[in-house]
This record gives sequence, C-alpha cells and structure tokens, in this order.
Amino acid sequence: MNASFREAWALLPDYLGQHVILSVSALLLGVAISVPLGIIAARSSRLGTPLLAAVSIVQTIPGLALLALFYPLLLALSVVTQDLFGFSFRALGFLPALLALTLYAMLPILRNLVTALAGIDPAILMAAKGVGMTPRQSLFKVELPLAAPLVLAGIRTATVWVVGITTLSTPIGQTSLGNYIFTGLQIENWVFVLFGCVAAAALALVLDLLLALAGSGLATRSRSRLILAGLGLLAVIAAALTPEVMQGASANPRHSVVIGAKNFDEQYILAELMTQRLERAGFAVTTRSDLGSTIAFRALGAGDIDAYVDYTGTLWGTLLHRTDMPGRQVMQTELAGWMAKHYGIASLGSLGFENAYIFAMRADRAKALGIKSLADLPAHPELRIGGDFEIFSRPEWRAVAAAYGIGAMKRRQYQPDFLYRAVTSGDADVVSAFSSDGRIARYGLVILADPKAALPPYDALLLVGPAHAHDAKFLDVLKPLIGSIPLTLMQQANLMVDRDQDKQTPAATAAWLDRHLSH
Amino acid sequence: MIEILNLSKAYAGSGAQAVSGFNLAVPDGEFLVLIGPSGSGKTTTLNMVNRLVEPDGGEIRVEGHNVLDSDPVTLRRGIGYVFQEAGLFPHMTVAENIAVTPRLLGWDKPRIAIRVRELLTMVRLEEGEFGGRFPQELSGGQRQRVALARALAVRPHILLLDEPFGALDPVTREAVAADVREIHHKLGLTTLMVTHDMTEALLMADRIAVMRDGRLVQVGTPRELVAHPADDFVAQLIETPRRRARALAETLRA
Repeated sequence: MNASFREAWALLPDYLGQHVILSVSALLLGVAISVPLGIIAARSSRLGTPLLAAVSIVQTIPGLALLALFYPLLLALSVVTQDLFGFSFRALGFLPALLALTLYAMLPILRNLVTALAGIDPAILMAAKGVGMTPRQSLFKVELPLAAPLVLAGIRTATVWVVGITTLSTPIGQTSLGNYIFTGLQIENWVFVLFGCVAAAALALVLDLLLALAGSGLATRSRSRLILAGLGLLAVIAAALTPEVMQGASANPRHSVVIGAKNFDEQYILAELMTQRLERAGFAVTTRSDLGSTIAFRALGAGDIDAYVDYTGTLWGTLLHRTDMPGRQVMQTELAGWMAKHYGIASLGSLGFENAYIFAMRADRAKALGIKSLADLPAHPELRIGGDFEIFSRPEWRAVAAAYGIGAMKRRQYQPDFLYRAVTSGDADVVSAFSSDGRIARYGLVILADPKAALPPYDALLLVGPAHAHDAKFLDVLKPLIGSIPLTLMQQANLMVDRDQDKQTPAATAAWLDRHLSH
Repeated sequence: MIEILNLSKAYAGSGAQAVSGFNLAVPDGEFLVLIGPSGSGKTTTLNMVNRLVEPDGGEIRVEGHNVLDSDPVTLRRGIGYVFQEAGLFPHMTVAENIAVTPRLLGWDKPRIAIRVRELLTMVRLEEGEFGGRFPQELSGGQRQRVALARALAVRPHILLLDEPFGALDPVTREAVAADVREIHHKLGLTTLMVTHDMTEALLMADRIAVMRDGRLVQVGTPRELVAHPADDFVAQLIETPRRRARALAETLRA
C-alpha cells in the first residue's frame, strides 16, 4: 500500500504536468474556436442551428472512441502532408488527444455564448446603435461583455469535462493522469486507480474554483479577485510545466528513444526491461504505455515509438489478414520481410516464449461437463464465453468459431483483468486467456485443447522502428534479449505483477526478470 | 432645424403603412412633441431622424443635410437620444454610460472626466454618489437623468426623446420633465419628444404634432390645438386633460 502510494506520488509531476498541459491547451483552443463560431452562429440561424447540432453530436460520441478516431485520421493526414509537402507529424499522443478534447470543450462554450447573445434585451441593442456604435463596437463593448458571465459558466463546465476526459488520452499514447487508472486497472493496483481519479478530480475542482473566482471578480469588478484567479491559474500551469521543462533541458535528443507497450502487464514488464537496459546504455528513454493493439504497430511504423513487443499471430491476422497457418518459422520470416518492406521495421526475433490466445475453463467445471477441448463446446449451448474487448472481433475468434461451430455462444466482454474473476465466480464458463499468463495455473483453470489447430502461434517478437532499424548501438542493447525468456519465466514474471499478495511493480519485476534471463 | 418631407415607412410583413405622407419642419430651439395613440407611427418617425429606422421614401434634413446621405453612425453620434426606460448599459457604471459616445469619438480621459462631472451636475446627480453606481442600483428617475446626461454628452444640437417618462411615478415624472424642459432652454436644443400623454405634451411643448395611423393630423401650439382642434379625434385628445382636471376639481370640492 505504502509502496504503491510512494510510486504513484513519484509519478505525479510527470502525469499531472502532461495532463494539465493537454487539458489547458484543449480549453484554450476550444475557447478560441468557439467564441468566433458562437458569434457567427448567433448572427445567422442558418449557420447556427446546424453548427450547434454538429457540436452536440460530437458530445454523444464516447470519449475513448473519439480520441481513438483521431489517430488514424491524423496518420492518414500525416502521410498526405509527407507526400505533398515533404513533412510529417506525430499522429500519436498529444495531437489527436488535443483535437478530440477541443471538440469536447466546444459545446458548452458555444451553446452558452449563443444563448447569451440571443437573450440580450433588444432595447439594449437599440441603445448601442442609438449612441453611435458600429455593429463591431456594439459586439465588443456591449454584447460580449453582457454574455461574458454565461460564457464563463460554459468554460467552467467545459473545464470539468475536459479534465475528466483527458484521462482517456492514455490509450492513444498521451501520458496523463489516466496512466494511473489504466495501468492500475491492468495490474489491479487499486491505489493507482484511486490516486488517478482523486488527482483528476482535484485538478478539475481547483481549476473550476479559480474560474469561479475570476467570474466573481468580473461580476463585482474586483481587481484583486481577478488578479488572484489569474495568479492561481498561472501557478497551476507553471507547476505543471516545470517537470516538462526540466526534462526537456536535461534530455539528450540524439539518444532519446520511445519504447511502446500495449495495455497489459506483460507488455509493461517487457517495456520496462527494454527501458532499463537502454538507460543503462546511456539512452534517454520515454515510455508510451497502454497503446491499443494496432495503434502500437502503426505508431512504430510512423516513428512515434521506436520499439515494442508484438506477437506473430496478432500481426499475421490483423495486419496481413492471413488465415493460413504455414508454421511458426515461415510466419516469422514472412512477417519480418513484410514489415521491413512496407514500414522499414526490423524484427529482431522471438524473445523465446509464446503468448497465445487460448480458451480456458475452471478445472472442476470442465471435468464435471466432460469438456477437454474446443471441439467439446458445441455440445453445451448453455455455456457463456467471456472475452476481452478485442477477441470477438479478431480473426482468431472467427477461425475458432468456424472450426468448432461455436460462433453462436453467448458472449460477454470484460476488462482483461476481470476475466479471471468472471470465470472463477461462474459469471462466464469459458474465457479467452493468454498462454503466458501465470494466473491460469493459479486460479485452477485448464486450457481447452485446439485439435484442429485453428489458433495461430503467438511468438513474442521484438520489433524496432525504421529510425533505429540499423542503429547498431540501439540494436546491441536489445539483441541479447532475443531467445532469453522461456515461457515459464514469463509466466512467473506476469504472476508477480498480477497476484494479490506481495504484488510487484512492472519495474521491479523487469529488474527481477533481467537477473533471471536464460542467457 | 429638422425638416421632414413626404416621409413614408412600411414594415416588412405588415401590409399597413407605419408612416405615410408625413411633412413637418421643426425650427431651431423648438420643443416639439409628437403625440398619438399606440401604433400611430410616432416612434417610427422619431427613429427615422437618426436612422435607427430607415425610411422607405421621402427626405429628412437635419441642419440642411439629408440624413440619408450621411453615415448613419456619425449621424447618431451627433444626435442625442433618450430611450424608453432609459436603455442604459447594465454592465457599465453611470459614469461609463455617460462617457460612451465621447469614448467612441476618441476624447481623452481628462476631458471625458470633466464632461461627466458637468453633465451629472446638470441632471442634478451628485457625482461622488452616483458616478460609480450601476444602472440597476438607481431609481427610475435617476436612470432617466443619467440617460439624459448620456444623450447630451457630446453637446448635440438635436435631442430625441422616446416616451422618456413612461415608467416614472407622477412626482418623479414632473420633476424630471421640468428639468428636461429647462435644459432644453438653457442649451438651446432642438428637441423632438414622443409621448402619448396629452397633459405632458401641453405642459412641455412649444408645438404639438398629433399623429394617427401614420399620418400627421394637426400641428400647432398648445393654445392653437385647444382653440381650434382640426377634427373630433384631436378634440377628444385635447379634452382628456381638461376632463380629468374637472373631475379632480369636483372630487376635491365634494
């Protein structure tokens, strides 16, 4: 408990700093766009009505989906600018998050501005005209000042929303307070989850109070309140920027690399393992964790991250769209060739273990029902199958469903870590799982056999992005990891992070793993 | 001098003419009251003088210049206007409201400060007490005084008033009306005021112009109107204050 808290506390400057920078940027951008749009919308209902409708629709898109949608969009745009103008930009992380959050910030500001402008007493507008104001002077000297209190209320609403939704920018590679929450959920570290929630809520509260103070300062024309609110906001932003500036100043850009990790424990541990080794070799390393499965690969190809670990079966199905099973070695060779050709990505080879998709049941229940393999499932149509958010839309599931005729089974989806709870509590009868997971044995689960070999192999490949594919210094640090992690070692490491008692952090586990590598 | 020649206006959507065939000349220094029932076109006529409303036809000359040839913004800055229920800007203090037009004209701060003080004195408001207040902290009469000060800020020669005392209680109304009349005299203004209260018109006006259904029915001094009403409508209108005075006298006698 204390150790978790201390670790969370140590991460706070970085997470909070990036969170504040992103939230505040999105809010400023939101205000900068919404105010002129709101003025136009208030003047012309032909423009205003569809505009407000469009912004309202954006609000109904779930935050995570909206954030994730911007990544492929920007990536495509980046390719276009590269082709047309010879430059590209980072499509992962800050930029997509900023754009999505800006869209979220717009609705309350825009709506309040339009409402406020429409609600101004026509007699006041007539008076403004009568004393000799031009339409522009009327807008800036009368209408906007009168609309200001309601607009500020809109900005406050937007602030609370944006600070909250910023936590969802973690899966698209932007560090935020969401890192506590996503990582915490993944490694079942509730201190982390709570820490992230409380920190985000506290930030939202502080910003809201400062804006309220600014609002009352405006209303009562109290210069001291305005100054106090301004200083408070500046202090929050300055405090947030400090660690970034320090980091920026100390980082050596020539050796700065980014290691990626998808959103599960094994990935955190392996990313830490690579990070620790690279740092010992003098590299400045940043990690981007909790990346979505295909986002990680695209990010590697686009140079947003420099290395991460992916699995042959995943790449085979989701990237090459292949359903044939040519065998482990052929798959690795073909994948390496394809990635080098299309993305300039180097596959250094397998780490030595496989993290395959498998299906598991509670041993006692499997025995009672007489189920030993996937082929036995169609005889029990009453069984429910639980999966993570990905499995049912992956080609692996389609292959298994087709091979064994189990496509119609009742499905439930869980956060990956809750899958084990679901199967042990009987909430689900069969669950998808990963072969390198130490919890399969621990929770007394049995793996259902795959007699038709519908599931492909999932060897863990260490992939390096185009920028470092031929960087000898970088490759020399990572190459020794190839073939050094046998399955049992990885299972043990995963269990160290997953277990409830004597839970280890991914960093500590990575250090332990490094000492136990097979060569 | 305000000359109105064959003025007409119809609002889009309503078939009826709001104002039609209107001719009137207001010589310099005159206090002219436009009177008529609601919808008779009196406010529309007033608003066309400083082009808050654009005429459909005819001509308005202010000091010899056709207002339709001048820039409407410049025109409005040069003509004082007091709105119904004051029309003060709620987010500005009394002093800021008064300073609006001087600021638009780019006066420097000391000049504006001196002018605001003068104007507040003119409308009998203590600067120290009222200068920093907001309109919602004032009584109706005080608001109307501030509106008058605002209208006169850049020393216009022409003052337009649109039912300026409509929302005031009778006592305040009388006091403010007397002050308006006095200021009109002292500054030598040419004043055009709209009202529907005949007593007020008779007491304040040099001449009264009676309107009905967008047309000018009769124009003359209060004495002329009382002695020779042009038709039954004017006679009835003139008769109202007298009838009330008689009723009042009888009540008091009884």
